[in-house]
Amino acid sequence: MSRRFTPKIVTANDLLEGDVIYLTADDRWSRDHAEAELIEDEAHAEIRLIHAARQSGSVVGAYLADARPGPSGPEPVHFREAFRAKGPSNYTHGKQSERHA
Amino acid sequence: MYTYSEFDESFVRNRVAQFRGQVERRLDGSLTEDEFKPLRLMNGLYLQLHAYMLRVAIPYGTLNGRQMRQLAYLAERWDKGYGHFTTRQNIQFNWPKLADVPDMLDALADVGMHAIQTSGNTIRNVTADHFAGAAADEIEDPRPVAELLRQWSTDHPEFQFLPRKFKIAVTGSPTDRAVTKAHDIGLRMVRDAGGAPGFEVMVGGGLGRTPMIGKVIRDFLPKADLLPYCEAILATYNLLGRRDNKYKARIKITVHENGLEAFRDLVEARFAEIRPEFSGVDQDWLAGIETQFSPPRLSDADTSEYDARRESDPVFRSWADTNLAPHKDPSHAIVTVSLKKPGNTPGDATAAQMRLLADLGATYSHDELRISHEQNVILPHVHRADLPAVFDALRSAALATANVGLVSDIIACPGMDYCALATARSIPVAQSIATRFEDLKLEHDIGALKIKISGCINACGHHHVGHIGILGLDRAGVENYQITLGGDGTETASLGERTGPGFAYDEIVPAIERLIHAYLDLRQGPEETFLDLYRRLGMGPFKDALYGDAARGRQADAA
Ligand code: SF4
Repeated sequence: MSRRFTPKIVTANDLLEGDVIYLTADDRWSRDHAEAELIEDEAHAEIRLIHAARQSGSVVGAYLADARPGPSGPEPVHFREAFRAKGPSNYTHGKQSERHA
Repeated sequence: MYTYSEFDESFVRNRVAQFRGQVERRLDGSLTEDEFKPLRLMNGLYLQLHAYMLRVAIPYGTLNGRQMRQLAYLAERWDKGYGHFTTRQNIQFNWPKLADVPDMLDALADVGMHAIQTSGNTIRNVTADHFAGAAADEIEDPRPVAELLRQWSTDHPEFQFLPRKFKIAVTGSPTDRAVTKAHDIGLRMVRDAGGAPGFEVMVGGGLGRTPMIGKVIRDFLPKADLLPYCEAILATYNLLGRRDNKYKARIKITVHENGLEAFRDLVEARFAEIRPEFSGVDQDWLAGIETQFSPPRLSDADTSEYDARRESDPVFRSWADTNLAPHKDPSHAIVTVSLKKPGNTPGDATAAQMRLLADLGATYSHDELRISHEQNVILPHVHRADLPAVFDALRSAALATANVGLVSDIIACPGMDYCALATARSIPVAQSIATRFEDLKLEHDIGALKIKISGCINACGHHHVGHIGILGLDRAGVENYQITLGGDGTETASLGERTGPGFAYDEIVPAIERLIHAYLDLRQGPEETFLDLYRRLGMGPFKDALYGDAARGRQADAA
């Protein structure tokens, strides 16, 4: 019965900019996946998601995505989240360009 | 070319003003996202993976130089300096900011363009043959009919809440360049025994989750009956179409579940009822539109400059042989400008390229440009003597790739590089296939071949009707690509068949290469195309090439 809970992060898109954002442990929205709060507990994940969904005046479509711990912070598990965290593969647009800038 | 009437203009301006108010109310918190989302979708604004995306309609794929220049302006002012032309004759801007969108829509309205009805359960942007008004094999220009359908369907009260979205395509020539058989209603112009023009009417075609080739509901519909007949089809669908299940709501399912005969009987009965109400006003209306599409006055200047360049310059000749199509007037040609330079993103054009195309259209093509569903740009009326100048200008902007209809002229949807619905990427697959065959220098030897790639089952990349179709899926958290063979989107339409198990991201290009080598080995000569060969020999040799004889045996055992 006891299925192991895959750690999660809360992610959404910013209402104004439309870009990908992540909920941090200290209640900010970061542009950087590594700054997201890695949530290891299912009940806590639900609470954080509800907290995020309440901020509909500035964020859109909050949801929980699988993540795993990495050397400099949480890393995406699924390739969709990896693309969201990086940007498209045909141009260095999106987050990957901001990081270089 | 068609110009907006005052009514259209004020209608579009009103919609922009309304949307501006809606954005303000969303930003000040008085509208929730649930309330705002349908409003933004009605105005062509999506929220994608990395940003908002604005989808702008290019009705029946026609635009003039001023409009193209304005698209370039939008790309530079509010986006990242480029735009993406789609398989629905739309342009998409991938990076707008919410607060800028009303200004973008106003700038579009300045040139008679808009983003209305590019989404929602309405009648979408009517698409047409991109060679309309120019093709040598055309009976009549289909765009007046497309425009009539657009005006009739825009905000038509009966058809704003259809069971599902509804797409119409029309071609004025028996040669189907508009994939009419993959639309909810497809209209293909033909002549009756007496030579009068009318339409073969197809219904219930569509790709996506349940692909179907449209069925002929009327062999010949006189032109004058078009509007009442389409209205009868829509009314029947509106009544019978399922609203309980989104996946069964398209007209293709309605026709399939009720049977073509039963559906046709209802349409014909409804048609008989409403036909008398169409007193001919629609025909006067059509006549008015037709005058706006009157053909350009073509020059009959000498074409020897073209012949001379063709003789002396093999690069020009290769481009001319590949990218030109016959025009009604033999001293003119239809130029297809490829947006598929190997390595580039299919359908993308930079602002500078758009401006050049606008200038070339204005100078050499009677101020007309077209966007094809194959994601290329057309200069429909170029005098042959001007072709060397057009070619040189295109070459200076990396727009002179001679690959139209060949292996690197790939249709690809945005896929998981942009689209929130995607299950895998499609753009880098297209880029890799195109560069691979460029390296092999086999492209012209391979000849006519249509590869079409979609990043999910919604099939925006038309993979079902690609000679080779590629569908990107998510298999247990990894990108996986299914191949279909034998699809055809023309008047001899057919759906591709799945070859078998899919391929991983790094296996898909070698797999395509094996298929094409198998074709080259087996064909009877260069005149036998990939599709011909598939139709002659079937799936067998291609399966061998993809999976090897052993793998094939294993599959048979498992079955
Ligand atoms: S086919 Fe799928 S991935 Fe591609 S554009 Fe359409 S919805 Fe997006």
